[in-house]
Amino acid sequence: MSNLFDLLVAGLATGAIYALVAVGFTLLWQTSQTINFAQGEFVMLPAFLMLAAMHAGAPFWLAIILGILLSMVLLGLAFKMLLVDPMMRHGVLPLAIATMALAIGIKEAVKQFFSAEASPFPSIVPTGDISILGHAVSLQSIGVLVLAILAVVGLTNLLSRTSLGHQMQAAAQNPTVARIIGVPVERMILLTFLINAFLVALASLLITPIYLAKFSSGEVLGQAAFIAAIVGGFNQVRGAIAGGLLIGVLDNLAASYVSTQYRAAVPLIFLILVILFRPQGLLGRAEERTV
Amino acid sequence: MRSTLLAGALLAFAAATSAYAQAIKLADVAELSGGGATVGTNWKNGIDLAIEEINAKGGVLGRKLEVSHADSQSNPGVARAQVQKALDAEPYVLLGPGYSGSVKVTAPLAAEAGIAQIMGGEAAELTQGGNKFLFRTSFGQQSSMPKVAKYIHDEIKAKTVAVVWVNNDFGRGGRDVVVKELDRLGSKVVADLSTEAGQADFAADVGKIKAASPDAVFVYLNEEESARILKELKRQGVTAPLMGETTLIGQKVIELAGDAANGARGHVGLTTDAPVDLIKAFRDKFSKKYNYVPDHNGLKGYLAVYMVKATTEKMGKVDSKAFADTLHGLTIKAADEPGILMDVTFSETGDIDRQSFLVEIVEGKQVVKQVLPKVK
Repeated sequence: MSNLFDLLVAGLATGAIYALVAVGFTLLWQTSQTINFAQGEFVMLPAFLMLAAMHAGAPFWLAIILGILLSMVLLGLAFKMLLVDPMMRHGVLPLAIATMALAIGIKEAVKQFFSAEASPFPSIVPTGDISILGHAVSLQSIGVLVLAILAVVGLTNLLSRTSLGHQMQAAAQNPTVARIIGVPVERMILLTFLINAFLVALASLLITPIYLAKFSSGEVLGQAAFIAAIVGGFNQVRGAIAGGLLIGVLDNLAASYVSTQYRAAVPLIFLILVILFRPQGLLGRAEERTV
Repeated sequence: MRSTLLAGALLAFAAATSAYAQAIKLADVAELSGGGATVGTNWKNGIDLAIEEINAKGGVLGRKLEVSHADSQSNPGVARAQVQKALDAEPYVLLGPGYSGSVKVTAPLAAEAGIAQIMGGEAAELTQGGNKFLFRTSFGQQSSMPKVAKYIHDEIKAKTVAVVWVNNDFGRGGRDVVVKELDRLGSKVVADLSTEAGQADFAADVGKIKAASPDAVFVYLNEEESARILKELKRQGVTAPLMGETTLIGQKVIELAGDAANGARGHVGLTTDAPVDLIKAFRDKFSKKYNYVPDHNGLKGYLAVYMVKATTEKMGKVDSKAFADTLHGLTIKAADEPGILMDVTFSETGDIDRQSFLVEIVEGKQVVKQVLPKVK
């Protein structure tokens, strides 16, 4: 049982990261009805921006601030204005393909300008353990979990309890009506992109000390978060959160109690089962299709 | 004036094309990106350093060496395509890849073309299939793993052992030999855990190791995953001795794992911390050129080129068809060819025999604890 407790904590910590990334999928889906296939690379890039700042002599705290700000400019503002807006008029599919190209571009650029090799990355959470109910639990796992939960709770409160959040939801759900009732739709959509960029920068900060900074690390993360978003429900923020936590825990439990050899297959099998029996995801809502 | 300029230009062009025609062309296919980027980058840099040195001293038999590098992306399928492309250009010798899985699928191509392939793969099976064109730059697992198992049994005196390995050709090959040897010596394998290449989370694997409470843990993963599992082993408070082979105690692992690497031990065929003057000199040259300390793959790439030089000079001609025949059974002494760094003998199967080392990480540095002699 002690092993189970450790596995649950580690799984929840990893799952919280997946949730942060998965939320980005749902935010973009709600505002532009497209899937950002570069979401994994969006998580990888901020770590390198922070590393670049540190190499230039900035202390870690300043590198974090610069990294987050730069991410919001590049992965929020520039992503929307230079890629999403021009591509949207050509339809959802070209936009989705453009994000695939963007993923390759980001990966290759990081490989070219930094290195193909992994680099260590400092942790904002101190290393070491604390005792909870007689179990040694890593501070890093707790820190990741707490920060991710704070970010997600903050986001859901913003969306559901503030006027700004209501305007964002209105803009996402029905832009035409939202415009009529005076919601600045364009500004709300931009805000969504900036929030996504902030979340991926935060995820990058939390996960890179564990995953290491590497140009290809977004592949695994993007895939896990994508599965999490589908499992939880692509059109619901709470679904993405639940899906992320579920996949994180499931992965760890499968590795421990089923087989380490087939751990990668377990989330995929789970995904297939969800698609077969509840295609809208565990917490998602079914969407009508108009023809 | 105009005709003089034209004649000058033609002369320059002729000289350039003549030098180009006389260059000895080598082709390198390596893991320059993907999971094996550390392996491939070190290997490539070692090759480039050796070629630069050799060319600065007049080349091989008066001809310059020239190399083309191609990226296998750490993917056997891509490696095969890149090797086919490289062989179409009819190189003198093929260098790489470093991953055993990629070597396995490319070796038949080189053999069919009659081109010697000097590679970095360590899987035992690579040189056991009768391929007469395949040569190692380091020990195969059939040579290194018995030494590892003996150390675990005799020196650590472990009655029970947990074995963690990466589920690819490299990991499976090492796991099979070490488990067999441990069994033969009487050490019981109480946990046999396969992991995935690129795996990030080792909490569950380490949990299983803890539950098995072994006297020693044998870790056989690629470098980045080695660093991750070392961190997790430390985090979960595993105190059993950690033993590995080369990839557990490499320079990159030390950099990535930090304090968690301290205390890890491993058998290495090559290390830049070896108490060998020529290796120390290599380390200094490499570090000066690339601003980092190379791992064993840097040494492998460097040696591969000096194997080409020594063999070609032994033949006294550049003959790609006769190259493999000459290298089989050849002993190259460091006194005659300093670039080879240590006396080395190549068997009829393309395997290598030379000194090796037992290393421990102490305060973030590799410390050589024992020097093991050549087998023959």
